[in-house]
Amino acid sequence: MIARLFSLNTIVGIITAGIRLATPYLYATIGETLGQRSGLVNLGVDGIMLMGAYAAFFVTFKTGSLALGLLAAIVVGGLMGLVMAFFSVTLKAEQGITGIGVYLFGLGMSNLLFQKTLGTVETVSGFPAIHIPLLSDIPVLGPIFFRHNLLVYGAFALVPISWFILNKTTLGLKIRAVGDNPEAADSLGVSVTGVRYLTETVGGMLEGIAGASLSIALLNVFQENLTNGMGFIAVALVYFGGWRAVGALAGAILFSTVNALQLWLQVIGILIPPDFAIMMPYVLTIVVLAFTAQRVRAPAALSKPFERGEG
Amino acid sequence: MKTLRVTLLLVMTTTLFLLVGCPSTPAPTPTSPPEATATPPPPKPFRVAVVMPSAINDLAFSQSMYDALSKIKEEMGEDKFDFAYSEGMFVVDDAAAAIRDYASQGYDLVIAHGSQYGSSLVEIAPDFPNTSFAWGTTVDTFADKGINNVFAYEARSEQGGYVLGVIAASLSKSGVIGVIGPIETGDAKLYVEGFKAGVMATNPDAQVNVNWTGSFSDVALASEAAQTHINAGADALTGTAQMVVGAIGVAEEQGVLWFGTQADQSSLAPSIVVACQVYDWTVVLNEMIDLIQGGTLGGQAFAITLANKGLTIQYNPDYTVPDEVKTLADETIQGIIDGSITVEVE
Repeated sequence: MIARLFSLNTIVGIITAGIRLATPYLYATIGETLGQRSGLVNLGVDGIMLMGAYAAFFVTFKTGSLALGLLAAIVVGGLMGLVMAFFSVTLKAEQGITGIGVYLFGLGMSNLLFQKTLGTVETVSGFPAIHIPLLSDIPVLGPIFFRHNLLVYGAFALVPISWFILNKTTLGLKIRAVGDNPEAADSLGVSVTGVRYLTETVGGMLEGIAGASLSIALLNVFQENLTNGMGFIAVALVYFGGWRAVGALAGAILFSTVNALQLWLQVIGILIPPDFAIMMPYVLTIVVLAFTAQRVRAPAALSKPFERGEG
Repeated sequence: MKTLRVTLLLVMTTTLFLLVGCPSTPAPTPTSPPEATATPPPPKPFRVAVVMPSAINDLAFSQSMYDALSKIKEEMGEDKFDFAYSEGMFVVDDAAAAIRDYASQGYDLVIAHGSQYGSSLVEIAPDFPNTSFAWGTTVDTFADKGINNVFAYEARSEQGGYVLGVIAASLSKSGVIGVIGPIETGDAKLYVEGFKAGVMATNPDAQVNVNWTGSFSDVALASEAAQTHINAGADALTGTAQMVVGAIGVAEEQGVLWFGTQADQSSLAPSIVVACQVYDWTVVLNEMIDLIQGGTLGGQAFAITLANKGLTIQYNPDYTVPDEVKTLADETIQGIIDGSITVEVE
């Protein structure tokens, strides 16, 4: 049995599954990271993902166009990000509560729309796997890395892109300044409100894509509560990743790979109780979080509304 | 000001959530006061209310109950039978509140359609001694607690599971079959054990790999579990709970056979669904209704089985099963009904 675990087939299977499962987490975690770097905590990620998943599925189901479906997820996600920003930036509402409100809204609304417009579980043909020429024929590495659908590649491309934007551009500098010291940023003429609206809206768009990556790429169905709490794991992964894109990548891959591993352990019949196997990814995340948490510093103004002229 | 805004937001979202949480209950509006007329009032319809954990269109557990009630309503006529339902009651406290509401509104039968609602029912049933309750899936009517207005019902899902296992083993070429289960309990556990027994009885060399996802609703994990089974060589899959829609999608993509349970899932993937065990609670509900109308409000346990046609094996019309396999399945069903085949479960 142990020998089967270390067979090539199993190892390729685990890593491939880990990459596939990491996709929605990557979009959502990077989206949330953007917002948090500018000082906004959004606990509504899961609700935004659900609305994105529903919008993408419904539009694709009705029009047959994956591009329109993806666009719908981006628009809906962006709008929900905008709403979140309106409450937490303009109205300065308590961000944790607002986030829960956005989550409940997304959960309830996506289910209501699902009931009223689809009525039952339907399927669409989602983004097909793209075999990258030549690279996908490489033994072992080919199947692991180069035979995924477009949204999987997009998620991984997002890691260097968001790293570059956050660390190498003026915009990134503004985002970080607003998140760490909004008073100083404001005195230098940076619009704290503008930056926070921007990060929250773009973050919402990415969270919308996270939902779409489930409903029109990985699963190709929509069902009530399709995300099953993934958005909350994504929020945890932001802390896990130390508010960095690369950290988000590491967290998403680790969580997903261990999840894939536990599925294999059960299939191979390694004698551990299934309940324990199911716990593994969560336990491991907590353990790693406990050991790494002290080393990274959160954005100083995280979850604090900005009041001009106070302080 | 700030607190006011937050409160407003909360009220708005909560209202919406409530609207969504129990949207479809045709709320029993207070009937207009009886008018003094010479004609005798029409007979009151038999009123049933049901509280269920997932949606009425989940192609699984909740839908099976909704479909049965709809069928009875059609058979008996709207003037003789009416029902209300609350779906998506995965929070047990909410479900308990709904059960109590329905009971106090004078429904003749209140069904708690979920094994997780049992402890709530123990509290509620004694407060409404003139209302009949039903709880499933279980065999416990709480008679030992001195409660006599609760019926119990269950599905002997291992029976259909056994039959599907026989078909799967006959059709599988690789001899590896994958099972995706939610949580190792209740009728999911019965189904999986029955299925395994059916496979083993047909092909003792077959290998049945079982994967529990720890959730009834994790579609993504169910889909990845299906992929894992296929990578491990499985060419036939089955699974239970509403999450399996994800697994069926993967099976279709990879051209692997699927066997369903609880509801007919052929529509999801007509090319690969072979057969499904379909639950039909009508037979059990009709017995309860007869008893209630005769004055018995509880104390009996019912089961849907292959014998009473509460469980049926339905083939996907778009998938051709070889005649000899169908014959074998029919013989198996007959064997279970007449007792020559017993399905052993723990």
